[in-house]
Amino acid sequence: MSRVWSELRRYPTAVAGLAIIGLLVAISIYTVIAIPYGEAIRLWRGGEGVWSENPRNARPIWFNLLPGVELPRTITVSSQRAPRRVEAVGGGVKQVTMSLAFDFPYRTFPTELAVFFDAAYAERAPHVVLTWQPPDGSEIRLGEFTAEPHGIYRISSDQRLRQTLGGAPEIVLFSAPAAPQHPLRGRYTLTITGFLFEESAHLDARLVVYGRAHGLAGTDDQRRDLMIALLWGTPVAMAFGLLAAVGSTVSTLVIAAIGVWYGGWVDGLIQRITEVNLIVPAVPILIMIGTLYSRSLWIILSVVILLSVFAGTKTYRALFLQVKESPYIEAARSYGAGNLRIVLAYMLPRAVPVLLPQFVTLIPSFVFLEATLDIVGLGDPLLPTWGKVLDDAYRAGALFGGYYYWVLQPAALLMLSGLGFAMLGFALDRVFNPRLREL
Amino acid sequence: MSDTLQMVSRRHRLPDTLVRVVSYSATRLVALFFTAVVGIFVTILVANMGGYVDEIKRAEIRETVTLQVFTDPKIMRLPAEARERRMREMIRIGEERLGLDRPFLSRSLFYLRDALVLRLGFAERMNSDSGSRLVRNIILERLPPTLLLFVSADLLLFFASMFMALSLARQYGSVLDRIVIALAPTSAAPAWFFGIFLILIFAAVLRWLPFGGMVDVPPPDRSVAYAASVLKHMVLPVGAIVFSTIFLAVYSWRTFFLIFSSEDYVEVARAKGLPTRVIERRYILRPTLPTIITGFALGLIGIWTGAVVLETVFNWPGLGQALFRAVGLYDIPVILGATIIYAYLLAITVFILDILYALVDPRVKLSREGRP
Repeated sequence: MSRVWSELRRYPTAVAGLAIIGLLVAISIYTVIAIPYGEAIRLWRGGEGVWSENPRNARPIWFNLLPGVELPRTITVSSQRAPRRVEAVGGGVKQVTMSLAFDFPYRTFPTELAVFFDAAYAERAPHVVLTWQPPDGSEIRLGEFTAEPHGIYRISSDQRLRQTLGGAPEIVLFSAPAAPQHPLRGRYTLTITGFLFEESAHLDARLVVYGRAHGLAGTDDQRRDLMIALLWGTPVAMAFGLLAAVGSTVSTLVIAAIGVWYGGWVDGLIQRITEVNLIVPAVPILIMIGTLYSRSLWIILSVVILLSVFAGTKTYRALFLQVKESPYIEAARSYGAGNLRIVLAYMLPRAVPVLLPQFVTLIPSFVFLEATLDIVGLGDPLLPTWGKVLDDAYRAGALFGGYYYWVLQPAALLMLSGLGFAMLGFALDRVFNPRLREL
Repeated sequence: MSDTLQMVSRRHRLPDTLVRVVSYSATRLVALFFTAVVGIFVTILVANMGGYVDEIKRAEIRETVTLQVFTDPKIMRLPAEARERRMREMIRIGEERLGLDRPFLSRSLFYLRDALVLRLGFAERMNSDSGSRLVRNIILERLPPTLLLFVSADLLLFFASMFMALSLARQYGSVLDRIVIALAPTSAAPAWFFGIFLILIFAAVLRWLPFGGMVDVPPPDRSVAYAASVLKHMVLPVGAIVFSTIFLAVYSWRTFFLIFSSEDYVEVARAKGLPTRVIERRYILRPTLPTIITGFALGLIGIWTGAVVLETVFNWPGLGQALFRAVGLYDIPVILGATIIYAYLLAITVFILDILYALVDPRVKLSREGRP
């Protein structure tokens, strides 16, 4: 083992591959500890409730590091930290005035505007009036309505306001009439005047000015933080690739050795099954099972292993046929070793040099197979994975719409894991099969 | 390939080769047919474990009986109750004929017979472009685009990687050689994955080539313009297929060529002063061809199974896209039918490669390899 290690270190690709694999494993361990399984599923399936204050299709924030890019971040102003004035206006009615002020320093418009209400009352809901004050000192009345306990007023989707303003609110409200192409920079204030009809009634509000950049990975069209899926995709991909590769190579090896050792009808049967296996179309069968029976990752994993058990027997067969004739097997037989002992203890170890590189190069193909199933829409119904992000992006027309980050990030991770294992596998192949080395 | 054929006939007498290849092919055909039958039977068993094939058959019988009743004026003239009875009777006879009242295994054998002759029932929700609801029509209609795409990609792949491998073997250690070796690990990713990048670069950013589809909308009238349009749409998917496998193929073949070019008989040929081209063709390519074809065959089978997603990504109106749509619509007959067709396609691929193998490898004899 130490010999292999010292030889491997001579190949820069092997070192790079190992580094990539190490990184991916570290990410996996971190993810599983930091975001537990149940939490990840809750977040990913959360929908609007969990993510409603995230912007849609926001770029990752590191885009701002690129030269010439300056994307606005999301600004949230809560009334709990804003100046509040309470007056009694008679008849048991209280008037609450909250001024939600914020600085807008960006050169691009925000994507959306919304006010989230948090109202508590017994019978009669508070009535609110919203007024908008841009930095130039003018005043625009946005509207008035009744505040629900967890009501959301999406200023950007208010059709009446849009007509009054003569354009999209998030643009008109932020631009100076003289230069409508650029947002006016400075201090904006949203004044919320609420009329509370009960003594114990309470009103709070949060203004969210949705930006164009969010988190390290951006968001999708359902406002979900892509980071969750990118992080959780790592342990899923690693586990699927490793388990499938282990399951299929080990069983293939055992079956090939048994066939060669026992010969006769056992060997014949194994060869016939191998031929049938070649013709059974793996992806359509997986699709069929996914549609008809179950999409659970573990069921699919078992079927994948089952379908690939016989796929590789041909390679090992040739090897074992040679091994079977070697003198040391003869010696083992002469001292009375049983059939099973010869197969497991004497024949299998001889295949390791061929097996190990193949095993490592096989892992990424299973990782990609999992992504393939996601793309067909047959991924695990619960878990967020890289393939699912790609699938969502594809269905939402991300490439057509210019949301390249949405496609490129999961694709880069897939490519990275593929390259890591393939590079290590190629180097292992050279270490174990010296005939390749001088070439 | 014609070169190789000539070489074969030059060295052996033609009738000899012909007899050998034909008899070998015939036995392989029989063997492969049985293999395909078993493969399709496995597919049917898997699907029918949940009783899904039974459902398809029942729906098929109901459909045909209803059609029969409504086009038969004799039955239509009967009073409603008698007509109902008549219909039920006809359905019962139909179910008996298809073996629906039999136990699981023998029932599945009946279905196998139907599947082998491509009697695949009616689709639940999908239609063929000509409006037919027969699964067979839906699938057969989608076959030509799939074949066009994959056969052209495979041919391009085979010849391109062979020439590249030969030229790299000639100049191994060069910059180009190192680049190809460095790029070989990229073949871990399937074709659709590269397809996404190709679409991103050539369709989304540069706007040179279409995002997907097979022809422009509306399709051009003149056949030349139509062919040009199809060709334009083929560039990216074919490129994705070629890109996803070519580096690994070139890498492993050039290594193989290099190993063979250090054999003694090649050295002798070189010492004789034979031109490089002749040495390559007669002493390197010729003996390695069988192995290369086997490797190529396995790669081809891998490409077939990746077809579903590739066609979906490129919106190519082929079999894979039909399967993808069937999954979305939960159209079980179409899913089952497509799986069976894929099994057939794989069997045909294996058969064609077997024949090629027999053509190029004079050692292949019935007695040794050809036993079913």
